[in-house]
Amino acid sequence: MNSTLLVNISRFILLLSVQILIFNSMSFLGFILPLPYILFIILYPVNGNKSGLLAASFLLGLTMDFFLNSGGIHATACIVLAFMRPLLFKFSFGVSYEYQTIKINDALTPERFSLILLSVVIHHSTMFLLEAFQVSFFWDILIRSLLSSVFTIISCIIIIYLIKPNKR
Amino acid sequence: MQQIFNFIFKNSNRLLFLLLLSISFFLTIQSHSFHKSKVITSANFVSGGVYEQINEVREYFNLQSQNEALALENARLKSILFKTVDSTSILKFKNLKNTLPDDIVVSKVIHNSYNVHENFLTLNSGSLQGIKPDMGVVNNLGIVGIIDNTSPNYSTVISILNVKSQINAKIKKSNHFGSLIWNGKSTGFVQLIDVPRLAAIRKGDTIVTGGQSVIFPENINIGTIDKIEIDDQTHYYTINVKLFNDMTNLGHVYIIKSKNREELINLEKTTKDE
Repeated sequence: MNSTLLVNISRFILLLSVQILIFNSMSFLGFILPLPYILFIILYPVNGNKSGLLAASFLLGLTMDFFLNSGGIHATACIVLAFMRPLLFKFSFGVSYEYQTIKINDALTPERFSLILLSVVIHHSTMFLLEAFQVSFFWDILIRSLLSSVFTIISCIIIIYLIKPNKR
Repeated sequence: MQQIFNFIFKNSNRLLFLLLLSISFFLTIQSHSFHKSKVITSANFVSGGVYEQINEVREYFNLQSQNEALALENARLKSILFKTVDSTSILKFKNLKNTLPDDIVVSKVIHNSYNVHENFLTLNSGSLQGIKPDMGVVNNLGIVGIIDNTSPNYSTVISILNVKSQINAKIKKSNHFGSLIWNGKSTGFVQLIDVPRLAAIRKGDTIVTGGQSVIFPENINIGTIDKIEIDDQTHYYTINVKLFNDMTNLGHVYIIKSKNREELINLEKTTKDE
């Protein structure tokens, strides 16, 4: 029990620092911003404390907002994703997902890919809605969020393969 | 009573979600009202410190270009100094209306964003150095932005590459005023709007800051005219201005503490209140 907590805390800090140090200053074509920090919400234990996840993802998004001066956009998108997570699990792994031993942190199967895809789409579209709501650059923001989601998915998969624990 | 508690325990997740959602919604909306100081800014102890550490590493990579820029600026200032008849009288030169700023703070950009619609910079000096919101930020090539929020050691700047920034500017040759905005497209260009059609302008004319704001002193460089369009509805010019500054590569900046700022703000306030 204690070790999962430690793993989650270290994952939180690691993903945030990787996001801030590397991915924030990386912009493909000048405007695409991959956001692999949402991997924390995706990789959170399936049967973990749900209120804990909500609070942690709020904190995660808020930290991103502090660094990017973006108001509360990331925080909103993160808690929406955290709240929708059980539904996404049900969609990707079937109704009885709670009784299976699911490891997301493993080789890429269609189920796992669909989970990552849905999560990224939900997170980015929430952010897109909040951004498009304030400024009148609808199409520009739409293209940005679509391209950014593609790059977020790619970076998420790369990170999963990199941190995958070796069991040999 | 029992039922209320039961309801709360049963739906604790949903209630927590709604609470957090409303907090973050509030923060999002609050950050878009222009005249309130924001809660969530990178001008704080944690993010400012992290950005300063990152910048310390990054600084080494453009030491050479920064040095060159400083040397060029020195040369330019020297040439101005040598051209004046009496080099000691240079301070009195433009002192007709006290528009000369009394103090300039040197600071460093520790974080620069230019790839979203609302771009902010983070500087490594704050209220301890006497920096307050709404002060102008320039560098050797031209204007950079306006101070937005300050903390004791850090401050954030609304970049001119922010769709919400609006700066008073004029055409140097003819003194016609307009507002400088950004359309969110290219980092090298800003737009000057509301210039009357009477103005005789040509491609290549210089745009400088106007004297109508307390933020910037008059005649600070902005850029040159790149393209001229006429708005069909208002019959005003919309001018594409090519910036002198490369906003993607900023090093040292200067923050202008305007001498008459407090007085002007107080005066305007009392006039409005009456």
